Amino acid sequence: MTQATIDATIARGAAQGVARRGGRGVKPKLGRDDWIMRSAMVLIAAFLVVALVLPLYTMLSKSVQDKAGEFIGLTNYAQYFGTPALFASIYNSLFVAVISTVVTISLAFFYAYALTRSCMPGRSLFRGIALIPILAPSLLPGISLVYLFGNQGMLKELLFGHSIYGPIGIVMASVFFTFPHALMILVTALSISDARLYEAATALRASRMRIFFTVTLPAAKYGLISAAFVVFTLVITDFGVPKVIGGQYDVLATDIYKQVIGQQNFEMGAVVSVVLLIPAVIAFIVDRIIQRRQVAQLSARAVPLEPKPSRRFDATMLAFCAVVGFLIVGILGVAMFASLITYWPYDLSLSFRNYRFDLMDGGGWESYWNSIEMASWAALIGTAVIFCGAYFVEKGRGFAAGRVLFQLLAILPLAVPGLVLGLAYIFFFNKPTNPFNFLYGTMAILVISTIVHFYTVSHLTAVTALKQMDPEFEAVSASLKAPFYKTFWRVTVPVCMPAILDISIYLFVNAMTTVSAVVFLYSADTTLASVAVLNMDDAGDIAPAAAMAMMIVYTSAAVRLVHALATRGLARRTQAWRRR
Amino acid sequence: MRTIRMKTAKRLAGSFLGILAATGLSVGIANADTELTVYTAFEADQLKEYQQAFNKAHPDITINWVRDSTGIVTAKLLAEKENPQADVVWGLAATSLMLLNDQGMLEPYAPKGVEKLSPKFRDSANPPSWVGQDAYAAGIAFNIYEAEAKKLPKPTSWGDLTKPVYKGSIVMPNPNSSGTGFLMVSSWLQLFGEEKGWAFMDALHENIGVYTHSGSKPAKMAGSGEFPIGFSFDYRIAAEKSKGAPLEVIFPSEGLGWELEAGALIKGTDKLEAAQTLLDWAASREANELYNQNFALVAMPGIAKPVENLPPPDKLEAMLIDNDFTWAAQNRDRILSEWQKRYGVKSEPKE
Amino acid sequence: MTMTTMNPPQTDDLSGAGYLRIENLSKMFGVFAALKSISLEIREGEFVCFLGPSGCGKTTLLRAIAGLDIQTNGSIFQAGRDISRLPPSERDFGIVFQSYALFPNLTVSKNIAYGLESRRMPRAAIAARVMELLQLVGLPDSGEKYPSQLSGGQQQRVALARALATSPGLLLLDEPLSALDARVRVHLRHEIKHLQRRLGITTIMVTHDQEEALTMADRIVVMNHGVIEQVGTATEIYRDPASAFVADFIGTMNFLPGVVTRPGRVAFGGVELDCAGGVNGFAAGTPVTIAVRPEDVSIRNIDGSKSNSFAAQILEMEFLGSFYRGTLIAAGTPADAAGETLTADFSINAVRDLGLADGMSLSIAFPPDCIRVFERQ
Repeated sequence: MTQATIDATIARGAAQGVARRGGRGVKPKLGRDDWIMRSAMVLIAAFLVVALVLPLYTMLSKSVQDKAGEFIGLTNYAQYFGTPALFASIYNSLFVAVISTVVTISLAFFYAYALTRSCMPGRSLFRGIALIPILAPSLLPGISLVYLFGNQGMLKELLFGHSIYGPIGIVMASVFFTFPHALMILVTALSISDARLYEAATALRASRMRIFFTVTLPAAKYGLISAAFVVFTLVITDFGVPKVIGGQYDVLATDIYKQVIGQQNFEMGAVVSVVLLIPAVIAFIVDRIIQRRQVAQLSARAVPLEPKPSRRFDATMLAFCAVVGFLIVGILGVAMFASLITYWPYDLSLSFRNYRFDLMDGGGWESYWNSIEMASWAALIGTAVIFCGAYFVEKGRGFAAGRVLFQLLAILPLAVPGLVLGLAYIFFFNKPTNPFNFLYGTMAILVISTIVHFYTVSHLTAVTALKQMDPEFEAVSASLKAPFYKTFWRVTVPVCMPAILDISIYLFVNAMTTVSAVVFLYSADTTLASVAVLNMDDAGDIAPAAAMAMMIVYTSAAVRLVHALATRGLARRTQAWRRR
Repeated sequence: MRTIRMKTAKRLAGSFLGILAATGLSVGIANADTELTVYTAFEADQLKEYQQAFNKAHPDITINWVRDSTGIVTAKLLAEKENPQADVVWGLAATSLMLLNDQGMLEPYAPKGVEKLSPKFRDSANPPSWVGQDAYAAGIAFNIYEAEAKKLPKPTSWGDLTKPVYKGSIVMPNPNSSGTGFLMVSSWLQLFGEEKGWAFMDALHENIGVYTHSGSKPAKMAGSGEFPIGFSFDYRIAAEKSKGAPLEVIFPSEGLGWELEAGALIKGTDKLEAAQTLLDWAASREANELYNQNFALVAMPGIAKPVENLPPPDKLEAMLIDNDFTWAAQNRDRILSEWQKRYGVKSEPKE
Repeated sequence: MTMTTMNPPQTDDLSGAGYLRIENLSKMFGVFAALKSISLEIREGEFVCFLGPSGCGKTTLLRAIAGLDIQTNGSIFQAGRDISRLPPSERDFGIVFQSYALFPNLTVSKNIAYGLESRRMPRAAIAARVMELLQLVGLPDSGEKYPSQLSGGQQQRVALARALATSPGLLLLDEPLSALDARVRVHLRHEIKHLQRRLGITTIMVTHDQEEALTMADRIVVMNHGVIEQVGTATEIYRDPASAFVADFIGTMNFLPGVVTRPGRVAFGGVELDCAGGVNGFAAGTPVTIAVRPEDVSIRNIDGSKSNSFAAQILEMEFLGSFYRGTLIAAGTPADAAGETLTADFSINAVRDLGLADGMSLSIAFPPDCIRVFERQ
């Protein structure tokens, strides 16, 4: 916004300059590089318009139409808000989202505090454990909780007669799958604290508690707010958890599914989507504002804080992390165990019977291979498109308005829940008049929706990496008459390789685990493992669902491992220059 | 092997090379082999056998299944009305097919040998818009272990199940997504009349633990004892019992709701010939014998043998209510909305 | 002391004697004018420094010459060719940045060869040229190293070699020495200057460091607030600043209040000073600012009768190694009334011989040819 204002002012200033001197302004001649870069950027922007803006627009317009496609204003909305039963979903969604946020943030904060501010042993192990949930579809904790606390659950007494099917289950599963997201933000927030503040506070003889409340908490304020909004958005837009363990407790995300799938009411599905967009967009805006503030805070020159050993404190933190870590590993372990039990709870012998997916709903092993294929394409094409887009925005010359617009397009996907995106795709791509109609029902549309769904975080990763590069590389290579793509290929890509690998792994793992957008878009040829988990659970094949979820975990973990090894190998070969 | 490679090539093209390559390849595929997209609500474990048997007779036609619960397949077909993706529907509730027919989405076709099928199992129009394959009926899966542990008496009628002793012990499919769920609700309304039907469901609702998405899940949940009583359909309960679940199949005394599963051509398919071949085969004796491995009641009269853990076909047929499909299809929307309004959303979880 | 008049911007001469000619160049950033109608001519083989405080527009001017930020108005000619609208890749220059901007993942040799590869030179020719350049910048054995394995000074030499590799017509240096520590900076200053002389390449260097500009440049372009304050050799700019800004920015200068009495004469308190350099055309009675450098202030205790002299008292002496800097108060002058002091540099000998010390009174003088007169601010 500000940038746009600046550009407008620049344009006006230039116009004034011309008028004042009565001469002509200098219109720069565009070199070949400029043309290529601008065309490529326009092309990627066009991709985002077709794959994001137009579908969303179609969905918005669908929400103000009747079944016949006639414009009826806000009638659908009036009907929605006039139905108390549907209205209750909003309350339910907010309720579980708020509770989950409070629980997740509290746990994640102290976990992050232990990781960054204590000298407890095994910190890297605990960090690794905490990131496990990222590798699993959000349905997995739901399935595990059924085994733990369901009516036949191993630990159901712990719920004192309360049912796991409902808000209790939703909150527990949501905490599991949002935990690593919150943790990463909070670890970053706590890592940037300035050691000098602590030295000053200690010199003034403040107690550990007082330092915590007067120094630590205020410094981590933005991280906390940001993490809270991320968790809130994740929970309120997640569909897997309430689907598996929500029981009769309806939330907005499952409402969309029920409206569309159950009642065949696409218009009402669009209305619920728009309602679901509101909290997501608010969270998005708040997060943007906070990001900006946090950057400002970061720019101050701080001395990194080195934690000092303290026996009692370290032991307390270790105990806390051990409990949380045990719960995370436990939930994963239960799913693994469940997938190997022959017939819970009557035949506890171990077998691979539940891995015979071809006898179940969901598309069988084919789904698994489809997921691998889809995730590979998403990682490959997505990384290329997203990194190039970020490069043109960051390193292009001139064309300020275009770049601002592109930046906006690249940030927008963060505000759009996957479920809403998937529904919007149906509306947009499944029209025979649409020239892109041929994509409907193909692997390509799954790949596209996944790339768009996870565009923003990847884009920001790429931009951060590019910003760290010397801004004059492009100027130097232009002076050396080297075309930009040569420098891009020989310098930018190798230097940014760690970030590029991060993006590709992020896309791959998310493509493996995501359900929300693709659940509306898969076809007979393109069933996916994550959707198969959902469908098998729907059909009552919970153990095979757990088995497929575990296949996803194994795959994501294996790919991460390969990625870690490859990164190390690559670092040795191509990043030799990093060593002195 | 070749199909797999071709499929991969097609996907590659679709993802990467764009329109030209994709259309080029799909033309190539059409010449070698016809791929039919078949929407179905048949159970996943049935599909493989049906496909193998069909391909033995017609190896040149490849079936791409889109399988989901009845409600979802119906919704998907309606959603794609402007741009149908399916060529054939095979094994979908007749109620849903009637709905699609009202929307003008079906291409009437009389498969070879249709006259050998029971008239009850096909559309009365000529040529019929849809032709049935089998029928399945509502049933109750009763977990003997858990019932004993919880001291639950064995129910014999639908009415028994409204008793407070069963509070939180019953699981049934959500009629919005599940065909089984819908046939139950529709049968209760037909059996007891609208007013008493809803009153029955109000009382039943008090005892329901969870409404599931699919019609199979209650049988499986009852099988694992997650809930001791599951409302499901005959074949699924019998199959779970065969797998070793401690279940008893109960058919309530008032009568059973039931549904026909039928097939039809989707209007506008560009693979009409292959689609007709499939429907011809679906009406054949061979196919009906296959259906009979899972369903006690099939379209071709006189061939049905008893299914393991289910009563013989004639006995089962005697328990079915006199189902008015036309009424069910016409009132489907209204019934589902009413159901949704009454039981769809609960702000508090069940104890 | 040469007193040649400075070269004014030769906007009237368009015949193209200069290698690089800038005409009426303006650059707006929003409503902020970074460059205001700049005109300048640079001769072939010349080493020119753009000098000024930060925000004066010197870097903007350099980037406009490179085509990195194209000007809002005005034209640039290089070797007779109008390059005003061209993108950087179509201009003829080599550039070195403060940050070196060496490609971190390429070896030193690859960095230097980078521009040569784009010209489709045979591999052997490239290798020979790279070797030649490595010799030229004194790093013959560092070809296979990565930039991060070199010191800052070495990296900047590589950057220089890379910029020179393609033999560009113009070398642009954007604060090339600012990131280096003081000792290396002084050393590299000389090296760059020698290299430039040897190659005879037209060079423009942007700097905010006056010492750097004074020691390296053939001519210095002093800039402030987007305009050129003065163009001239180091001596001209130091001895004969064209404005109070230049006088203040280059070296140290005493600014004292005075009033013009008649042509060539300015009243400073009770003394009428003789200004050999004139009074800058101000009419009698005009209040002006008198500018005198501390090193030009002379002691007149021996011969108090000389003209341009007056009494002063030493407030404080500061030892600066090779000389003393004294803070003085000129009793009875307007400066004294305003509480202003003036500084004067005394040689170690003078201090010792005359026994100068805090609180001492003495007579000092401003030599007539060392006085500059500027408008009173």
